[in-house]
Amino acid sequence: MGKPVKRPEQSLSERAFLPEVAKGLTLTASRFFKNTFSSAEKGDIATVRYPEEQREYPERFRGVHRLTQRDDGSPRCVACLCCSTACPAQCIHIEPAEYGEGDPRQGYEKFPKVFVIDELRCIFCGMCVEACPCDAIRMDTGMHMPPALERDAFLLDKELLLSLPAADGSVKSANPRHEPGDKTHPGIDRDRSGH
Amino acid sequence: MSASLSVGQALLAAAGKSTFILGLVFAIAPLLVWAERRQSAMIQDRVGPHRASIRLFGRDWRLIGLLHPFADSLKMVWKEDFIPPGADKVLHAFAPWISLAPALFGLAIIPFGPAIYFEHLGDTLMLSPQGVPCVAGLANGVLGCTAAASPLATELQVATLDAGILLFFAAGGLGVVGAALGGYASNNKYSLLGGMRAAGQMVSYEVTLGLTLVGPLLVFGTLRPEEMVRWQSSSVFTWGFFLQPLAFILYFVAAMAETKRVPFDVPEGESELVGGYFTEYSGMKFGMFFFAEYVEVIALAAIAATFFCGGWQVPLLTDAGFVLGQLHVPMSHGSVTALRVGGFVIKVLVLIWFQLMVRWSLPRFRYDQIMRLCWRYLLPLSLLNIVVTFAVIVWLRS
Repeated sequence: MGKPVKRPEQSLSERAFLPEVAKGLTLTASRFFKNTFSSAEKGDIATVRYPEEQREYPERFRGVHRLTQRDDGSPRCVACLCCSTACPAQCIHIEPAEYGEGDPRQGYEKFPKVFVIDELRCIFCGMCVEACPCDAIRMDTGMHMPPALERDAFLLDKELLLSLPAADGSVKSANPRHEPGDKTHPGIDRDRSGH
Repeated sequence: MSASLSVGQALLAAAGKSTFILGLVFAIAPLLVWAERRQSAMIQDRVGPHRASIRLFGRDWRLIGLLHPFADSLKMVWKEDFIPPGADKVLHAFAPWISLAPALFGLAIIPFGPAIYFEHLGDTLMLSPQGVPCVAGLANGVLGCTAAASPLATELQVATLDAGILLFFAAGGLGVVGAALGGYASNNKYSLLGGMRAAGQMVSYEVTLGLTLVGPLLVFGTLRPEEMVRWQSSSVFTWGFFLQPLAFILYFVAAMAETKRVPFDVPEGESELVGGYFTEYSGMKFGMFFFAEYVEVIALAAIAATFFCGGWQVPLLTDAGFVLGQLHVPMSHGSVTALRVGGFVIKVLVLIWFQLMVRWSLPRFRYDQIMRLCWRYLLPLSLLNIVVTFAVIVWLRS
């Protein structure tokens, strides 16, 4: 036994169809006249005419990556490979290197000799930003990858990534960064560890 | 009237009139493609096509999207003209023509303007008390006839026939063949189904369409479209729309079904039948089916204008110019004629606009609903309209 479905009751005017047609036509005609004869602001047209008009991206929009800079302009990145490990698309290529002898950072951290992101491979998931312990990689540039004809144009290298500013124009990060030997550094360092 | 023209003049006039009506159709049809896309966009809060541009004088002209129909037709011309294997090649090639030709043929009987008197384009004409056109002039301060009009005149109508509107029905009846043949010749089940649906639907609505127009025919007492328009000349309230409102609605519904457009587009039914009877057509052959559809839309509007909206009559405009009570603005015959042709074109455009509104407002009927609507509602109503009209006319005459 199937469950009896109660059919919706229709009034006489609904069954006569024409009044309902008139109602529908009134609605569509009102939209038509409003959108055709009123100014662009007053009409209800939802289309964004893309290249000329651009929708404002939300604040947390994940755009093209950038590498944040330290005060001296070097990358904050310490080449820990967390981002490239976390990356589900495997689009980040890092070749770590040691700082030279005598550099105060030597023995504390590494630096990326090569840092390349393949923006064609990237799925813009933001995992790299989540994974980064140093706030060195961010996706707050507010721009999407501009089109190009060569694939190589989508391979962004370290210099380019470092030069890209955030949407607010900054090339740094607002989070504090403690250099090795920094007295305000809360953790242990070579000078204070006693060995 | 054309009897007073020599054979050469008559041929020349016929060529001119044919050129005008064909030019009108070939101008409106691409415009319709544009109007349909832009109008639906406006209804649905979109922008619609507006990007096709042409570079002239150092800047790109978009012309609010009017170039898109040209881009479309260019695309269609260059597309591969595919004939499916197993298709009947001859019929497959002929079906679009059989669909398009009758649609254009039917337009021959449309009077798009009044009779034009070639020698009096600059004069003011009026009807003498005997109903004969004459040159108007002021005699003793009263407007009256001064001289008989030269008989060198022609109706602004390609074919002035006694059969008149019957030719339109005959041509419309042939349109079914094109759709059905297209479906049959394609060697495709979807096409065949679409063709059968088209045939069933069009034949059914043909009956209603014909019977619906019998009401106005009884009122006007003539089959000649030009006489019908003259009949509606005395005031706006003698227009068919006011005398036969039911017939107007029935005609509009039936004629929209004849054009096979939404909400009566089950012959195409792209959600079930891919593309219906023109599934297997590509390139300009498809374009001809497409074009035929728009020509039918124009023909529908033109017939509706002739029967129900006074044809080329412009309110308050008589042969001698605008007349409102005692106020009389005399105008030359040429400008009156131009105004009337313009009035007819505007009426056609408004009716087309209304058809597009309906097309973008209503969802598609199911096939059984279409048939029920035709045979159980429209047909009895059109018969009722005939009976009532007949009774009223008999009562008025007795």
